[in-house]
Amino acid sequence: MKDSPTTGHNDAGPSHGSVGTDLAAPEGADLENRFANPGLPAHRYRTTDIDPAAAKRAERQVSTIFLLSAVGTVVFLVGYFALPIDDDKSFGRLQLSTMVLGLGLGFAIFLIGIGLVHWAKTLMPDHEQIELRHDIRGTDEERRDASNIILDGVEESGIMRRTVIRNSLIGAMAILPIPAVVLFRDLGPLPGEVLRESLWEEGVRLTRDPDGTPIRAADVTFGSVFHVIPDGLSESSHPIEEKAKAAVLLIRIQPEDVVPLEGEQAVRNDWDYDGIYAYSKICTHVGCPVALYEQQTHHLLCPCHQSTFDLTQHCKVIFGPAKRPLPQLPITVDSEGYLVASAGFPEPPGPSYWERGASE
Amino acid sequence: MSSILTDKRTATLAGYVDDRVGASKIVKTFARKIFPDHWSFMLGEIALYTFVVLLISGTFLTFWYTPSMALTTYEGSYPPLVGQTVSEAYETTLNISFDIRGGLLMRQIHHWAALLFVAAILAHMARVFVTGAFRKPRELNWIVGCLLAILALAAGFTGYSLPDDLLSGNGLRIISGVIQAIPVVGTYMAFFIFGGEFPGEVIIPRLFILHVMLIPAALLALIGVHLGLLVLHKHMQFPAPGRTNTNVVGYPVFPVYAAKAGGFFFIVFGVVVLMAAVVTINPIWAYGPYDPSPIGAGTQPDWYILFVDGALRLMPGWLGPIPTEFTTFGYVWSLNILLPGAVVPGLMIMALFAYPWVEQWLSGDSREHHLLDRPRNKPTRTGLGVAALVFYVVMALAATNDLVATHFHISINDMTYVLRTLFFVGPPLAFWVTKRVCLGLQRRDRDLALHGRETGRIVRTADGEYFEVHEPLDVYERWNLVQQEADQLVPLPTGRASGLDKLRARMSAFFFEDRIEPVTPAELEAAHSHDDGHGRELQGDTDPHAVSASGRGSETGHGH
Repeated sequence: MKDSPTTGHNDAGPSHGSVGTDLAAPEGADLENRFANPGLPAHRYRTTDIDPAAAKRAERQVSTIFLLSAVGTVVFLVGYFALPIDDDKSFGRLQLSTMVLGLGLGFAIFLIGIGLVHWAKTLMPDHEQIELRHDIRGTDEERRDASNIILDGVEESGIMRRTVIRNSLIGAMAILPIPAVVLFRDLGPLPGEVLRESLWEEGVRLTRDPDGTPIRAADVTFGSVFHVIPDGLSESSHPIEEKAKAAVLLIRIQPEDVVPLEGEQAVRNDWDYDGIYAYSKICTHVGCPVALYEQQTHHLLCPCHQSTFDLTQHCKVIFGPAKRPLPQLPITVDSEGYLVASAGFPEPPGPSYWERGASE
Repeated sequence: MSSILTDKRTATLAGYVDDRVGASKIVKTFARKIFPDHWSFMLGEIALYTFVVLLISGTFLTFWYTPSMALTTYEGSYPPLVGQTVSEAYETTLNISFDIRGGLLMRQIHHWAALLFVAAILAHMARVFVTGAFRKPRELNWIVGCLLAILALAAGFTGYSLPDDLLSGNGLRIISGVIQAIPVVGTYMAFFIFGGEFPGEVIIPRLFILHVMLIPAALLALIGVHLGLLVLHKHMQFPAPGRTNTNVVGYPVFPVYAAKAGGFFFIVFGVVVLMAAVVTINPIWAYGPYDPSPIGAGTQPDWYILFVDGALRLMPGWLGPIPTEFTTFGYVWSLNILLPGAVVPGLMIMALFAYPWVEQWLSGDSREHHLLDRPRNKPTRTGLGVAALVFYVVMALAATNDLVATHFHISINDMTYVLRTLFFVGPPLAFWVTKRVCLGLQRRDRDLALHGRETGRIVRTADGEYFEVHEPLDVYERWNLVQQEADQLVPLPTGRASGLDKLRARMSAFFFEDRIEPVTPAELEAAHSHDDGHGRELQGDTDPHAVSASGRGSETGHGH
């Protein structure tokens, strides 16, 4: 046998036959330069093999473990009936019930396993046995036979000779999956322009999330933060989808802390109302709510991926994976002194998408 | 002991079954099949058993859970949420937790088992990788295993979203953002998947049917293939005295493995139940129902998604003055989302699938392998494995950067800068260190095989020379250190070499050039016959353990 150095050793078993085509030693390997496999070491007997008292002891241990498992089952049943969770609705009772049921059931199951393994390890035979591996591949003869069967079948079917049948089948099969794809067209509507639209437009009042009460400019003190939704959100046809676009943060800072914009962007310099700024709360990265405001630095932080927006620079990105500033909502006050939007968002709020920059 | 066939009670049943399914042949073929033993072979078992636990506990949950996003007013047993508008999915998940005895336990069993399931799969993959168990003829089973790992992630993520709580809802929001970032088709895909704008009203029922039918069915089918191939190939074994490439040494399925593996199922199941009994997981009542506006600090997905989330966190939106998202002709390329969210995981999966063929191409080894490699004997492969692990861990760690920052009082920005650096520097460094450690271990093995163990006994010879006595290894111990083959390089073909040949030769050299040759009998002979400064043995010494090893230790060591 050329493929293993265990030649003819008793313990390793006679290795007749060759496994695989080329299990042989690597090319050029000199068998003189390899050690021979010494074969299985002598078997060591366990105390349970040679000492009947030890075996008896192991037997007792295994059966005790199984009995303890049964105790676990009983604990579970007692817990189930003695600890109802409908008359005592406290959280403590729920925790107690979960723990008693879980510990009872857990130990009932766990100890079955421990008992079985202990039984196997102490009392079942632990003599290592040897099985020979066999070729995975078929013999050359089998390969030839199999290949002939296939070729005969192909010949009998005539698929290679009758090309019209073959080609029409291929053609028909090629377009058959199309209905399976087309059928999924109605999974959802086309995007259209819906991602550009939000409930914000001129005159819509800024209201508190979640109760929907309007906000007076005078109530917004320096350093305070309001989580804002547009007035009428709860009456809209899809409030959650609308909220996912329209959520706004309202923050008041000292106007002199804010760097004025220049050039084209200068129109935004009066989008605030007396230092009260409204920005989209939906992160321009992947859409988490930008909910954390650091009062000292005037930074807004998205807790999902730590995109950081600097309020003093009109929510420019100063750290993290977002690229675009949060869209600003232009605001003013109405005749009653409540904050209202003076226009909608100038750009689509929320995360980027392919068509986002395309002209409407 | 009476035979099954002579005992009246069993004979009828056995005969009945055999007449109809040929049970005797099945028993003969499989009942005494030999499986080898090693602790690391149990990692795959844990994956299998937690899957069974998932099927059992998951089925229980479906009896009460309603996969619906229809809004309702919560009137159940958890006072802080009474009166709130929640989805039916969230409401019924609360009901399972608060109104069904054992319901919370079962939810926690399901969640813990899911976390453990993915962990066991990844640990099993790591074992298979570093021991070379993916080599011929098992490459296809490696592919099946990779598919199982991906399905396990899919199963985890679809299930994670079902309670429709605040945390998982934000997870879905992130997913929708990543899908939207895909060029050309992204927006359409997002609208098709969510049935319109995020979050819509259909995503939970759609994820539900994937989670309870399609994915588990695919998992079951592939597990069947995985185990079928395992039986066909027979299990690999670690090299050891008596274990060769042509045999398998171990214990029979019946009764030893039936008891050990069967028992291990109960142990895994039991441990999961005990964890669920005492450790809270996913307390959705504390997160609240999904709402697009609120969010808490410290939002992390389940652990197996951490690496994607962490990659998203690491990628900057601006590289100094250069944005990583830009617009051409009005269309947006969000590389800041695409690279970490799709490209990096995609490349990782492709590398995973391709590895067995790459290594086979570079080693030129087309033989069957049924003996596992000791990881140290394949320094480059082990190094690559550890590098991949470090890459993965750096990304996973990045997803916890906010928690690390607050717990250890470090700036979250510094933490992120360090991790960004480690993303590039960590894997090569890990590769280099691991490879050196492996080579060092191989040198130590070589030294031990040649010179034996240091006994600490200093002997003075009649000439006044001092040396330390070395105790040689017995043949069985030595075999483990000398059994491996030397790695072979694929040389450049003689004559004209194509660019591919050159690449192959170069990469092959990268893989196998640094190597420690295994000890040969001749070297052992030489080491014993002259004192080479490593100390020596005392021949004919009184030490009863000192085996006189004269070159061919294999013969002399017998019957030790």
